[in-house]
Amino acid sequence: MRLIIRKDYDAVSEHMANYIKNRIIEFNPTPDKPFVLGLPTGSSPVGVYKNFVKYYQNEELSFKNVVTFNMDEYVGLPRDHPESYHSFMWHHLFKFVDILPQNVHILNGNAENLEEECRNFEEKMKSYGGVELFLGDGHIAFNEPGSSLSSRTRAKTLAYDTILANSRFFDYNVNKVPRMALTVGVGTVMDAREVAIIITGAHKALALAKCIEEGVNHMWTVSAIQLHSNALIVCDEDATLELHVKTVKYFKSIEHVINDLVGAENVGLQGNVKRYPTPEVTPTREAFYNLPFKK
Amino acid sequence: MTDVMILTDGRYGQTEPKVDAPRLKKIINGRLIRDHEIIDNDVLYICNGKILNPQDCFFSSGKLPNEIIDAEGLLIAPGFIDIQINGAFGVDFSEWREEDHIKNGLDKVSKGLLNYGCTSFLPTLISSKPELYHKVLPLIKPRKGNINQGAEILGAHLEGPFIASNQYGAHDLLNVRTAPNGFSDFVDMYGLSCSSEGNDENQNIKLITVAPDVEGVLDSIKQLIKIGITVSIVAQAEEAIKRGANCITHLFNAMQQFHHRDPGIIGMLGTNYPRPYYGIICDGIHVHPNSIKIAYDSHPRGAILITDAMEAMGLPPGDYTLGDVPVRKSGKKVEVIENGKLAGSVLTMDECVRNFKKFTGCSIVEAIEAATLHPAELLGIDNVKGTLYPGADADLVFLDDDLRIVKCFIAGIEPAEDALQKRNSIWDIKNNWAPNNYDGGV
Repeated sequence: MRLIIRKDYDAVSEHMANYIKNRIIEFNPTPDKPFVLGLPTGSSPVGVYKNFVKYYQNEELSFKNVVTFNMDEYVGLPRDHPESYHSFMWHHLFKFVDILPQNVHILNGNAENLEEECRNFEEKMKSYGGVELFLGDGHIAFNEPGSSLSSRTRAKTLAYDTILANSRFFDYNVNKVPRMALTVGVGTVMDAREVAIIITGAHKALALAKCIEEGVNHMWTVSAIQLHSNALIVCDEDATLELHVKTVKYFKSIEHVINDLVGAENVGLQGNVKRYPTPEVTPTREAFYNLPFKK
Repeated sequence: MTDVMILTDGRYGQTEPKVDAPRLKKIINGRLIRDHEIIDNDVLYICNGKILNPQDCFFSSGKLPNEIIDAEGLLIAPGFIDIQINGAFGVDFSEWREEDHIKNGLDKVSKGLLNYGCTSFLPTLISSKPELYHKVLPLIKPRKGNINQGAEILGAHLEGPFIASNQYGAHDLLNVRTAPNGFSDFVDMYGLSCSSEGNDENQNIKLITVAPDVEGVLDSIKQLIKIGITVSIVAQAEEAIKRGANCITHLFNAMQQFHHRDPGIIGMLGTNYPRPYYGIICDGIHVHPNSIKIAYDSHPRGAILITDAMEAMGLPPGDYTLGDVPVRKSGKKVEVIENGKLAGSVLTMDECVRNFKKFTGCSIVEAIEAATLHPAELLGIDNVKGTLYPGADADLVFLDDDLRIVKCFIAGIEPAEDALQKRNSIWDIKNNWAPNNYDGGV
């Protein structure tokens, strides 16, 4: 797992958006082999989407061959309701960029057969050869604590706390808030070839600590990434408040080694070593013998 | 700036529109006047002359835009609606000159008004003889706006002849009438093809100005409303409003002055029950700017901007006629030659909006709504006009921050560049100027 720590929310969004942009460019997607991206909703990815729009407007990134799968959607809410996740994605991203409508996949909370809808969603992901990168936040959609870590896309009842928290978007009327949602499972997300998580804010600090420093536990669903071979967390300084100083220093030092000692150009996007450092960096025989501590 | 940026260079995949297929246009980077505010991070989808719901286009039909128009930060407002305009560009709707004068005149005015951001209007007839109404009214048929004919004709506004004989403004006194037989006098005067109880749905008349104190008018208001005509009033008001009239024609002009113990019709802006809309001629000449501000502050949601323009609008100074009455245009004023009374205006709709904002100190949104949303609400057409909601007609105006017209779209299409004249000064218009035929380029 890679943990990247940045100063604040904006810096985190900038880093994550830039990372995903570079991944897409490196992948060089085509209509036959598109880049399959999993996307979240909520406050965490808003900065990332703003940056995506900026990259598109500066002609640095095109979404023409990007296929997206969204993590969740409310059940029973009209698709064009301002609080639906279709509306969220439209207003934050799809409206501004050149993604093709047929490449966008969002669960349909008004389907007649919800189970079939979830099954078809998983099938669709498989038909593209799986998700290349799944972007997520600390909740992993609606997989509340206690969700199975091998769960798949399914309909879930929302926790009462969640309903109360969401009522602020529905005129503070609890009766208007959706009570169920379709969500990808933890297992679905972990099936992606890469998982990238954004965790920001002091209120998430405890969750981050539990997920990184303690065991895999269904009470902290993000901890499932400990078993993923290619995971990335980008967080801000505030979110590290509950981590051991040792942990924070360790992950910061890795960045330091890569950038200053190995050279960022020698390391691939996903941490793989592209080139061994040039001979100038390794000391010559004579220089080795002249080191002060060597006799 | 005047170039339309069309980005169909393959960034949106393969979209090869067939010649007949309706083109889906996406307008980006505009600041939309919607929901009583300026919204600056939204897009407009237009197809077939209508504004569409973008999410429907994207999620349901999966259609890609054929054309992307970059508004480059300009304000996007619904096209202006002028509910009182007696003529323009040398055309006088109240006068019968030769056979095709009205027909050609409507075309000329419809096209010319697009220059001033006005995309829908009600050709207005002042008090005239029955023969004129019978000849002219059938020609003023509602006609949808389109690129070949120009702005939309919503129907006719009949100002008179059932108005007060002591306050006739520039109308010919001989034409002013009472209605002793009630509604059937209206039928006879205007040549309505319906009985006293009938409701003729094919009415070309959309708005009537009457004076409720004239005999027979009060009782006719209900029947007029039943056949789909909005009633606007001058002179005594309270009873008329209670019976369903809901607009005051050119507030302050040709009506009893305000007196603190007898506020009269102007006092209708100070009642507790639902207040009527009121038209304001906003050239600073017909009404002093301070009066406009007072009216606006007392009832901001009721302000409707009108030009009350007569045929000299858009033409150089000189002698013209308003109906049967000879008038003289000098500067921005038009006066009856005989007695110097104000005889209509030569105000253009965009100048009206600019002046209104200047005089009242209102916000951009409020000034634009007075020219778009409020007239649409008055006429009951605010589902298709005066708004930028999906389902509305795609009559748009692109404005800069000084509320000058940069672009105008009628039914989703912009007239060819060369047909739009400069608007800085009416003196730029040569004699006998006539707008060119738009060549309908998409």
